[in-house]
Amino acid sequence: MSEQTVTDKEFNIDTVEHASTTPDTDLPWAELGLKSDEYDRIVEILGRRPTAAELAMYSVMWSEHCSYKSSKVHLRQFGEKVTEEMKKDLMVGIGENAGVTNLGDGWAVTFKIESHNHPSYVEPYQGAATGVGGIVRDIISMGARPVAVMDPLRFGDIDHPDTKRVLPGVVSGIGGYGNSLGLPNIGGEVVFDSVYQDNPLVNALAVGVMRHEDIRLANASGVGNKVVLFGARTGGDGIGGASVLASESFDDSKPSKRPAVQVGDPFAEKVLIECCLELFHAELVEGIQDLGAAGISCATSELASNGEGGMHVELRNVLLRDPSLTPGEILMSESQERMMAVVTPANAAEFERVMAKWEVEYSWLGEVTDTGRLIIEWDGETIVDVDPRTVAHDGPVYERPYHRPSWQDSLQADTFRSSQAGQNLPQTGQELGRALVDLMTSPNMADVSWITDQFDRFVGGNTALSQPDDSGVIRVDEETGLGVALSTDANARYAYLDPYTGAQLALAESYRNVATTGAIPMAVSDCLNFGSPEDPEVMWQFAEAVRGLADGCQQLGIPVTGGNVSLYNQTAGRAIHPTPVVGVLGKFDDVGRRTPSGYERWADGQAIYLLGVTADELDGSEFARGRGHLGGLPPAVDLEAEKKLGEILINASRDGMIDAAHDLSEGGLAAGLAEMSLRFGVGARVAVDGICERDGVDPFTALFSESQARALVALPRSEELRFTDMTSARGFAALRIGIVDATSGDLEVAGPFDGGSFTIGIDELREAWSAVIPSRFAGLGEATEAVRQEK
Amino acid sequence: MPRIIVEVMPKPEILDPQGKAIASALPHLGFTGFSGVRQGKRFELAVDGEITDEILESARTAATEMLSNPVIEDVISVRVDDEDAA
Repeated sequence: MSEQTVTDKEFNIDTVEHASTTPDTDLPWAELGLKSDEYDRIVEILGRRPTAAELAMYSVMWSEHCSYKSSKVHLRQFGEKVTEEMKKDLMVGIGENAGVTNLGDGWAVTFKIESHNHPSYVEPYQGAATGVGGIVRDIISMGARPVAVMDPLRFGDIDHPDTKRVLPGVVSGIGGYGNSLGLPNIGGEVVFDSVYQDNPLVNALAVGVMRHEDIRLANASGVGNKVVLFGARTGGDGIGGASVLASESFDDSKPSKRPAVQVGDPFAEKVLIECCLELFHAELVEGIQDLGAAGISCATSELASNGEGGMHVELRNVLLRDPSLTPGEILMSESQERMMAVVTPANAAEFERVMAKWEVEYSWLGEVTDTGRLIIEWDGETIVDVDPRTVAHDGPVYERPYHRPSWQDSLQADTFRSSQAGQNLPQTGQELGRALVDLMTSPNMADVSWITDQFDRFVGGNTALSQPDDSGVIRVDEETGLGVALSTDANARYAYLDPYTGAQLALAESYRNVATTGAIPMAVSDCLNFGSPEDPEVMWQFAEAVRGLADGCQQLGIPVTGGNVSLYNQTAGRAIHPTPVVGVLGKFDDVGRRTPSGYERWADGQAIYLLGVTADELDGSEFARGRGHLGGLPPAVDLEAEKKLGEILINASRDGMIDAAHDLSEGGLAAGLAEMSLRFGVGARVAVDGICERDGVDPFTALFSESQARALVALPRSEELRFTDMTSARGFAALRIGIVDATSGDLEVAGPFDGGSFTIGIDELREAWSAVIPSRFAGLGEATEAVRQEK
Repeated sequence: MPRIIVEVMPKPEILDPQGKAIASALPHLGFTGFSGVRQGKRFELAVDGEITDEILESARTAATEMLSNPVIEDVISVRVDDEDAA
């Protein structure tokens, strides 16, 4: 390795004064990702060329990731389509680090979902780990204690060699970071589809709780208050793009190109969590912001523009891990585990005491002003002099052109039924039974516990439900049992067939999952993963999905409280399927009355009811995937029916009528029945005759259709009358289809088909179902092997 | 038995949490005077018989493609073990 001879003053400092006198200097704005009209606008705003440091700030803050420049015009709907009723529990809305919802009893909850897709493809372990770290810091900066995380994951084909590289790294990274923080991972999703080849989706959700008085916001208020940076030192992480600043404006002989990835340190983050909570409880900070994308550029400009409007900072005071960093690089660095806070001079000494107690490094950078300018100096020379609003909020906004793809009509015309003309669909009992086993052993229906077992689900002792139940459930108040339920869902195949409906279906499924456990849905966070916004067809998918989601939230009466947009998810010109991941948060008065997703042994003889009606809706289904087909129209959405179903499930849970409930989604009734039996290894005897007769469908459709607003419940016979009175009072279809059978160990399905019935041994099914994922990935990584050996 | 030594270090700009932890532990245990620590790893690849140029080349390829993670680590050296050669 070359000697680190670069000293910290070897490069020339591009000051504001210098910039004013050298208007013709060429700056590498294009390499930093700015368009020529964007650069012209910066010159216009400043009335001169930007300095290298200013260029660094504008380029990162005006990037798609930070400015939402392509998505903003559409995302406004989330604010516009909100009724007063929806706002009643909303304490902090979109725009802050994360939204905050009132839970009652003086408690508030904050949650948010973000993407870390590209970093996780480049470096799976660290990319996924720092994804967890970043979303957890968003939660801390609201004043909350993080209590759980979840990870919706999407990978390429299960048998593709690159999936063997990406998946084990991502899984180890999430476990390595989240487990070290002591946060339970209570759910998420695992999807395999070749559309995510070379572009996996690694989304991360975190949830935190706080007392009302502890809510903190990101603003720098109070002229004369001090600005402090604390946590890890600033290094050259995540500034791959910024290296052009180093090579072209400054010293050409820098030793290495800056890496684009960051390495996380979960133990430093754990200390940061505890340290921040102590600061909050002692009321030592006026405003706080975590440092994520765009680092100090983002924190200073956002804090300043949300507060009194001005800030004065000496950048030489930033503690560095690498002394060769230029000012522009320091401003752009995405080093992890850092926070910025605003502290009154009176509290400064006490703040320092807390830092010393937790052994957290800090440095005072400057102070809040009311000048309306963000001034950043380097050794007393001004290198940034901007209106912070122009950096943080008044970035470019694009009305990207969009149009319905030319192929959408032919895609929708290519229905599953028409594609299967001349093909045999399962008809006899034997064929239907075989189809059920094939479905449950397909990569997307298989047991994911090989992955989720590498995450700690129970640390903290407040996990009431987690994978494989419909939602993760966490207790918030140990005395009253007050708690929250969370689910994340998206079916990108549906969204590809119809993005408007697909986004609503994601919302409906997540809502249903939360209600199925017995929680009252309250709020939504979304992570919108799409291809390039510069492709009008992708932009149409995005616009439709946002419109669908905003309309759906309005109809369900739950607001979007925050989220994230991830665009440019495409490789070699091929975009991923539109993947609007929707997280719904629900509330429990007492998590003790949660409903699990399967019948337990003592439930022998309980009645099994199917709620909702079944139509011929196989387009985009898991069964169609098994046949290699994707076309037609996704299942119809009926949000009024979802609301009714939700009320029934919540009331039944509250009144103690039901002992198990599971929503029907991918794989339809067949998957629902199998999953309920697999949950605790308890069989069932059911008949589909009633469904076929009432809904006018054949047995195959009854089992594999993915009609929405359906759920299975199991209840004691003594509760049947009360339960059916409730469903009929609401005009909601409920049909008794069988009973729990704890003695046979089989799932037996009867119906109007040849053979009369088919039987599947639960133990044999479990063996095949749980072998699918480990057979591909077990033993591929040291870390995963170590985890398995510890068990 | 002849050996090839491969040394790998985290890239200089990348955070090294292990090194950082050791650096903060040193003064606690009375070892002062060290301003930083970075921790890498050393591999000893045993070879049956003579180390040919071909085997050394294969070790170099293994070092960059498998023993190190090129995104966050640098291969510092790939060399024949001197002690054995003597």
